Amino acid sequence: MQNKVNIKINGKDYQVDAGITLLEACKQAGIKIPTLCYLKDVNELGACRVCVVEVKGARNLVASCVYPVSDNLEVWTNTERVIKSRKTTLELILSNHNQECTSCVRSGSCELQKLAYEYGCDGHKYEGEKQQFLEDVTDYLVRDNSKCILCRRCISTCEKRQAVAVIGANERGFKTNIGCTFNKSLNDVPCVNCGQCIVSCPTGALRERDNIDDVLKQVFDKEKFVVVAPAPSVRVALGEEFGMPIGTNVEGKMIAALRKIGFDRVFDVNFAADLTIMEEGTEFINRLTNGGVLPMITSCSPGWINYIEQYYPEFLPNLSTCKSPQQMYGATVKRYYAKKFNIPLDKLVVVSVMPCVAKKTELKRPYQSAADGYQDVDYSITTRELARMIKRMGIDFLNLADEKPDSILGEGSTAGLIFGATGGVMEAALRTVKEVVEKKPLEKIDFECVRGTQGIKRAVVEVNGVDVKVCVASGIANAKVIMEELKSGKADYHFIEIMCCPGGCVNGGGQPIQPASVQNSVDIRALRASAMYSADERAVLRKSHENPEIIQLYKEFYQEPNSHLAHECLHTHYIARKK
Amino acid sequence: MKENKGVCFTETPEQKVQMDAVLEQYGGDESNLLVVLQEAQKIYGYLPIEVQKKVADGMGVSMEKVYGVVTFYSFLRTDPVGKYNFSVCMGTVCYVKGAGLINEKLKEVLGIDDGQCTPDGLFAIAPTRCIGCCGLAPVMFVNDDVYGNITHNDVEDIVEIYRKRAKNL
Ligand code: SF4
Ligand code: SF4
Ligand code: SF4
Repeated sequence: MQNKVNIKINGKDYQVDAGITLLEACKQAGIKIPTLCYLKDVNELGACRVCVVEVKGARNLVASCVYPVSDNLEVWTNTERVIKSRKTTLELILSNHNQECTSCVRSGSCELQKLAYEYGCDGHKYEGEKQQFLEDVTDYLVRDNSKCILCRRCISTCEKRQAVAVIGANERGFKTNIGCTFNKSLNDVPCVNCGQCIVSCPTGALRERDNIDDVLKQVFDKEKFVVVAPAPSVRVALGEEFGMPIGTNVEGKMIAALRKIGFDRVFDVNFAADLTIMEEGTEFINRLTNGGVLPMITSCSPGWINYIEQYYPEFLPNLSTCKSPQQMYGATVKRYYAKKFNIPLDKLVVVSVMPCVAKKTELKRPYQSAADGYQDVDYSITTRELARMIKRMGIDFLNLADEKPDSILGEGSTAGLIFGATGGVMEAALRTVKEVVEKKPLEKIDFECVRGTQGIKRAVVEVNGVDVKVCVASGIANAKVIMEELKSGKADYHFIEIMCCPGGCVNGGGQPIQPASVQNSVDIRALRASAMYSADERAVLRKSHENPEIIQLYKEFYQEPNSHLAHECLHTHYIARKK
Repeated sequence: MKENKGVCFTETPEQKVQMDAVLEQYGGDESNLLVVLQEAQKIYGYLPIEVQKKVADGMGVSMEKVYGVVTFYSFLRTDPVGKYNFSVCMGTVCYVKGAGLINEKLKEVLGIDDGQCTPDGLFAIAPTRCIGCCGLAPVMFVNDDVYGNITHNDVEDIVEIYRKRAKNL
């Protein structure tokens, strides 16, 4: 058993684990302490001084997030002095803050706004000199330093979770600001566009580049035929934006809402994920049997592609040539669907809803235009943008009746659905590869060995008498570990799945943002993923190659996986880029 | 801080050898970053983007990490120092007596910003905190020469002195 210590909080005795911080101890005791800069295991600096408490014998208030507990410690968390100090700290932060809450994208989910309200702050008590702020606007992210509180959660996330470290604190004192080396734009440094920094930010200083107006303009245009498809992960997170518990699957309402917004067709990226498995699975079997480059590494995550192109370009031949599901969906709409239903390409607009901000730059990549001169996908919006769009269109989301996507390109197997969780692509691929190669039905559909939110998973799966060594990594810090293994020649994997975001797309940079208090205490990734696995458990259609719409698509159009036409439409090239 | 576009960075073979030795000695341990940057500044005189890149690669840290440290410590410079360094005292007394105007005039005459150096490497501007000779306020230093009780109207004449000196070198 772990050692315990006795402490007194607000006059009451508690027994808590030794070696933890006061903040954690108070949490164990059920006492809430506000924080701003604290992000568990990632950003523990004691810098913002919002979590201060009074400790007996200490002259000054202490930052509870970095103060270790010890036996017989006596603490007060809500004395007049504590409350006053926190309020002053908040008012000082506000004195240098661009307080435009009325239109701020984080209004309602902003941690600073919430605390300022709870502490009854006067936002204009200390009117001081305002800093001159830089704004960085890219195609995927906007940083507005006038709303930055210098908590450094973004910096730690970029450095520790993503091992990319392109943002940091520059200058000092009053001039301190978050930025990149030599004040360059994120466009000009080796950022992977993951948006994990956005999800870590307590305020509106970091946000996605908003494309709601662009998309609505197309929807309102009667001349245009606008189609949309949501990614697997969107349905297990969208509900959070409407107050539903984390891990609620709102697939049916989401489809209904997209129709109500006015899209002409509502498809599903789960279908495109099945298509990806057909192509990628076949590519893997070919590489394995014909002596192709191994290990083969998945290519669905554009953040990961941005990383390998800049940091490990020598391994580009290992990447599957498959486009991502978003791009396969767009290519298939523009080449197959447009022809089948006689839709002129200059009137056709393809929109995707993604848990991701890197998808906004993926769609502008070269070699992603199957219909000559037309991008496969025109706009990509995040789960957060979809939620705002639903609200703006006056749709009563919670009371919508479930609907189903349009056919064809609308039906997905749950193998496609689990793409959203780390290990999901691997499991979906294994289901198809094993069954196709062995030419007999799987005895067991579940590949538990690749499930779970651990950053790195390794397993051996027997396929037709051959031991296939697989590896699954999520989060760039973990991907880096695997790439170093490959570089040193120590690894002998056959197939590697890598997702840029820790936990996979369910935890993408475009997903609903939960406050640090929630991020610190529940495993959001696991809850969202479990909504996928429980849908998979209940489903009948659990293998990509059994999806009737997929079978029809190959019969009518692509003929067979990796055919000439499939290569032309569904595969791509990568570019070694200098850091 | 602006990137200095004026002066092109060049590295002598000796500088390269010295820098490689420093990285050899300290590289690989991030906690040595400040020491390495101080050494690099001794070798090159300043820390332009090229030197920062070298340090980042040699230490295995990101460019931003290096830049963050460089901009945090005022004794680390991203711009070269000029042959003649113009420092206007920005202490309270000097400031009240027009040091701000003098510095503005300097920038105008030399065509560079605070902390920068002219493309020919001759002149640099580096305002300083109070240096204690308030009796002479406002004060400007050019290397070790002191000019007291001046106004912004004197700036052009003073700069001219050093232009001439530079020519006669
Ligand atoms: S970041 Fe927060 S406090 Fe600042 S304007 Fe936005 S909602 Fe308001
Ligand atoms: S998008 Fe990702 S890589 Fe880029 S700064 Fe943010 S966390 Fe770092
Ligand atoms: S951008 Fe956001 S996360 Fe980063 S330091 Fe500023 S407030 Fe904190």
